[in-house]
Amino acid sequence: MFADYSWPELGAIFAMQGFAGLILFSVFVLMALGLAIIFGQMGVINMAHGEFMILGAYVTYLMSNLFADHVPALFGMYFFVAMFLAFIASGALGLLVEWAMIRHLYKRPLDTLLATWGLSLILQQVYRSVFGAREVGVSIPDWMMGSMPVTDLIEIPINGIFVMVLAVSISVGVYIMMFRSNWGKQVRAINQNRVMAGAVGINTEWTDRLTFGIGCGVAGVAGSAFTMIGSTGPTAGQLYIVDTFLVVVFGGAASLLGTIASAFSISQAQSIMEFFLSGSMAKVLTLLVVVGILMIRPQGLFAMKLRK
Amino acid sequence: MPDETPKTNAAGLSRRQILAGGTALGAALFLPKDLRAADFPTAEINTTGLAVTDDTVTIGILHSVTGTMAISETGSVQAEKLAIEQINAQGGILGRKIEYIQEDGASDWPTFAEKARKLLVNDKVASVMGCWTSASRKAVLPVFEQHNGFLYYPTFYEGLEQSPNVIYTGQEATQQIIAGLDWVNQTKDAKTFYLLGSDYIWPRTSNKIARKHIENFMEGCKVVGEEYYPLGHTQFNSVINKIRLRKPDVIYAIVVGGSNVAFYKQLKAAGIDPTEESPIVLTISVTEDEIRGIGGENIEGAYACMKYFQSLENENNVKFVEEFKKMWGDDIVIGDVTQAAYLGPWLWKAAVEKAGSFDVDKVRAASPGIELTTAPEGYVKVHENHHLWSKTRVGKAQADGQYEVVFETAELVEPDPFPEGYQ
Repeated sequence: MFADYSWPELGAIFAMQGFAGLILFSVFVLMALGLAIIFGQMGVINMAHGEFMILGAYVTYLMSNLFADHVPALFGMYFFVAMFLAFIASGALGLLVEWAMIRHLYKRPLDTLLATWGLSLILQQVYRSVFGAREVGVSIPDWMMGSMPVTDLIEIPINGIFVMVLAVSISVGVYIMMFRSNWGKQVRAINQNRVMAGAVGINTEWTDRLTFGIGCGVAGVAGSAFTMIGSTGPTAGQLYIVDTFLVVVFGGAASLLGTIASAFSISQAQSIMEFFLSGSMAKVLTLLVVVGILMIRPQGLFAMKLRK
Repeated sequence: MPDETPKTNAAGLSRRQILAGGTALGAALFLPKDLRAADFPTAEINTTGLAVTDDTVTIGILHSVTGTMAISETGSVQAEKLAIEQINAQGGILGRKIEYIQEDGASDWPTFAEKARKLLVNDKVASVMGCWTSASRKAVLPVFEQHNGFLYYPTFYEGLEQSPNVIYTGQEATQQIIAGLDWVNQTKDAKTFYLLGSDYIWPRTSNKIARKHIENFMEGCKVVGEEYYPLGHTQFNSVINKIRLRKPDVIYAIVVGGSNVAFYKQLKAAGIDPTEESPIVLTISVTEDEIRGIGGENIEGAYACMKYFQSLENENNVKFVEEFKKMWGDDIVIGDVTQAAYLGPWLWKAAVEKAGSFDVDKVRAASPGIELTTAPEGYVKVHENHHLWSKTRVGKAQADGQYEVVFETAELVEPDPFPEGYQ
């Protein structure tokens, strides 16, 4: 399979595939971060995660139309406004959902799976009623299209770089919130011992709500970014949910570092195999490897050290 | 299920029919002679207990209006309802107004089979317009054959099928693929092809036919890559890198559904602009409907090979587009399958009138040779193998989401669902 290519081509293949893998990695990180916060810190299995992403995508769609119709001069910048609003919209919906539904289910983690599954169906139907069953087209500002030539063979897509920068910034932001802020300390305390955390005066209810809201907000930003690469339709969120859970579970549920490590290994493996095998085979092999590793390490790559 | 069909026997007219005759007389003055219901006593034109009364005939519409396929099938439902309304405005079929019972297949193949059974057994519909995916068609096929129903199926598909109970109003694989490949070879001097598709039966069969044609029937041409991705896949960076290294003259992409959006956006982002035509992008799976999701600016310059485009300039189509928009709203777009769905009720009407009966066996016998001069795509004719003779066209995608027709075959292409030398 290497015989078809010359050495400089092989070099270019590894460079470009490495980069394609990095883009895929960033996409995985964006998809999984919000879920990892909610699943890892609160033990809530949020099956509606994809629909929170799609809400972000629809907000981006609305903003792109709004800017194109009313302030075309600023169209190049609309994406940043859209991402911010996507965070607000998905986050606000997250707060509402936590208040109306999730908080009643904290003692029954498996029931959150059913409840959020129902929520995802409801949200899909709402999107269908509001935006129609068909996919909508989101226009991307011109500066985000195209690619930068590095050598004759290697070209790097600009929107890929954009997604990477975004993934890094959000990861850093979440890291600071989790490990450097007072709120993060409270979240981790609640995660370790809810009753004790409450007893020392942490407002566990509000912290839970905020954690859920932030997790959903991050999903909204991811959805906004994905309008550049994927489709926006009522059921498009379903496309992401399996990969997202795969990344989170493989990484070890409670660990943000694990999520990032697992996103990296899955994406690189898939990207390199995709080049030398067919796309479907690459996916199958990746899944087999992940299942194999999970059989040896059921807790995932990085598990939190807890006394059992 | 209450059955509204008057219970008549072949021996004579029911009381209700005689009464109905009186009212039919008035209407008859305004109708061409051959359409008067009174001339077609129900007992004679329906000997098999279908849902036909003295003034109505009931058919089924069976598509997904919920679930993942709703995006695609909505257009078919709209087209079929428009055709039914127009036929009724002209006086119906054999003087009977068409009524329809719509069932939702819910993007679920067992549900399709169950609803097909309900339409045929309980509702006794005289024909069914329906299905979209090959999977749903395969699921309902045994039901239609067992209960002798009659289905009009609108989607272009992979071929290798012919049922006495189905009329295929879309193109089968050879009609769509071969003319397009020849065109790109002859006019653009394309020699090397990269085949890409979603991983299920239709793209794989279509690409098999394309590969055979390229390798066996096009001189000096070859396939430099062939690849499949799971349905719903959204990361195409790897295959785009491969395409860049292999430098094919043509990217032949038959990715379906939402994956299309990802593919064309990433292609453009990677610096492969279809308008530059190096490589040329050719597809058989992107209709005007899909472009709405992809965004015209992302696919501008790509070529699509199918039988119908909304921009076709002929009298029938201008009228069709106008009435479609009048019924369903100005911002709607009409794709290839939507037009094929529109043909269903008209072809059935023609066959019933030729047979002079609603009986499925007679309609089937009358179907081959049925011609339609009023089709938006132009003239079509039903082949003995139950597929349509139709032209194949190549359209070039425009920034506004429409196709500009750049080529059409001079003659109608004969349908050949079991092509020799392509298996």
